[in-house]
Amino acid sequence: MNIRILGGCLRVFSWGAVLVLTGSVLMLLGYLLVKGVPSLGRDLIFGQVDVLDAVLLKKRVFDGLFPAIAGTLSVVVLSVGLAIPVGVCAGIYMSEFATVFQQRVFGLMFDILAGIPSIVIGLFGFSGAIFIHKYISKDFRPCLAVSVVALAFLVLPYITRTTQAALQGLGDQTRQAALALGATRVQNIFYVLLPRSVSGILSGIILAIGRCAEDTAVIMLTGVVATAGIPGSLLGSYEALPFYIYYISSQYTDAAELMSGYGAAIILLGVCAVLFFLAFLIKRHVAGPAGPARGRFHG
Amino acid sequence: MTRVTQQTARIVFFLSAAVSAMAAALVFGFLLVFGFPLIGGGEFFSLLARPWSPGQGLYGFLPMITGTAAISFLSIVFALPLSLGTVCFMGGLGPARISRLVDGFVRFMTGIPTVIYGFLGIFLLVPVVRTLFTSAGSGMCILSASLMLSLLVSPTMIIFFKDGFDSVDVRYIQAADALGADSVQRLIYVILPEAWPGIVTGIIMGLGRAMGDTLIALMIAGNAVHVPGSILDSARTLTSHIALVSASDYDSLAFKSIFACGLTLYVLNAFAVIAVRRLGRKRGPVR
Repeated sequence: MNIRILGGCLRVFSWGAVLVLTGSVLMLLGYLLVKGVPSLGRDLIFGQVDVLDAVLLKKRVFDGLFPAIAGTLSVVVLSVGLAIPVGVCAGIYMSEFATVFQQRVFGLMFDILAGIPSIVIGLFGFSGAIFIHKYISKDFRPCLAVSVVALAFLVLPYITRTTQAALQGLGDQTRQAALALGATRVQNIFYVLLPRSVSGILSGIILAIGRCAEDTAVIMLTGVVATAGIPGSLLGSYEALPFYIYYISSQYTDAAELMSGYGAAIILLGVCAVLFFLAFLIKRHVAGPAGPARGRFHG
Repeated sequence: MTRVTQQTARIVFFLSAAVSAMAAALVFGFLLVFGFPLIGGGEFFSLLARPWSPGQGLYGFLPMITGTAAISFLSIVFALPLSLGTVCFMGGLGPARISRLVDGFVRFMTGIPTVIYGFLGIFLLVPVVRTLFTSAGSGMCILSASLMLSLLVSPTMIIFFKDGFDSVDVRYIQAADALGADSVQRLIYVILPEAWPGIVTGIIMGLGRAMGDTLIALMIAGNAVHVPGSILDSARTLTSHIALVSASDYDSLAFKSIFACGLTLYVLNAFAVIAVRRLGRKRGPVR
């Protein structure tokens, strides 16, 4: 075929693809905003309860999103808090100590773990809860603690991989200076390598937070319910924003409930967008000053 | 003293890595143990091909397998041209400034929660499908779910395609430029033939993402348990079947069958990961 015609077709095709893709996503998000923004407000979150009373847990919020937001917040903080120490330590081992064989085997396991569909991780948490219920304590049911552990499994490989990549990205000069001055390997890691790669690790952690906050499949099998109030204990059930959106979409009884679903979707989208831009800014901060300067020197 | 600290630190690092790696095996182990009554005695494979009819004691998950296959393949069919077009746009066919914007937007798309796609699908896409195709019934069907899923998997595919494009040896590109190739010729003759491992990786990762997603299919595919006859039929995927489990009786076979669904998803994912890692090794020197 004539290359000019082919090229023209390819150009039109690529413009079309970009327009269809961005256009349909923008249309979806625009529809969400137009429908949902009017519902945003104090009442959406706190209902008829005074803000201070709700935050200080003096009064229970029945017709607002406050319990769901509190539930999502606690499940995210706990699971990421659980995954960070293990994930970062594992990343350090992979980058600094692992043999080639270990890197290959562990790396394969991390990739498999990272790829497991989140509903299967949820099923794992669920079966763990049944196991405890059967053999250890009859009172044990899917609860906040199960969700926390399952979500920690979900984001562990992200944190490990970003830590490993951030450490391996450091140059040999950075790596060897302290060692040459007599520092031990562990001192080198804690005083030189980790501080240098903190932004890379941080942006990975922020993306992990986003993943935890938006995940619905894991929590719907491991203890989230439609009404539970503020999470009171690790062994109790709780509410969460993404599950609320799912629940409302099929169970809404009147227009007001549906509107609160739109409101919840906007809040969740806002949280994820903020986390995304935060991670983006931190990453750019790392690449920023060093990137162009290097280019200039090498012309 | 420092020797002891050294050793302890090293052991802690190793244990963390070992525990994280074991996590993947632990998940597999739990699925296997809980699904064992169905899998033991070679029943597993006959289950794959059997219909779901608990009334007659049949717990095969053929409907779910075909549902997952239909929805994820169709979503790739929609997403592939979109992703290829977009990555060609970013690979030199579009203006540089717009390309950078599109790149940022695609990365932002990876952060959009899937439950929001599902939610908007119910109130925006499903009514449209219902109006356009009268035979689609309620509008909750394979077509709706895979259209929505294609938006979810496109950013994954675009990012891997772009990786493939970026890993093309820069000397080849410079050689083509020196011979006077324009951006179209460079794309057709140099980049696309060299970037195929990235494109295959992207398709596999996209398929994995489509198969692994729960919320979109759960919310807008209708969840009917039968082998779908057309793309306007309602269908249930493996993931939504797990999500819809009613945990009333832990010992029932119906309950155990969800672990077989989980195992199937796990094994498919493991194969995809291994395939992608092999492709990664095949790639030539980067830049």
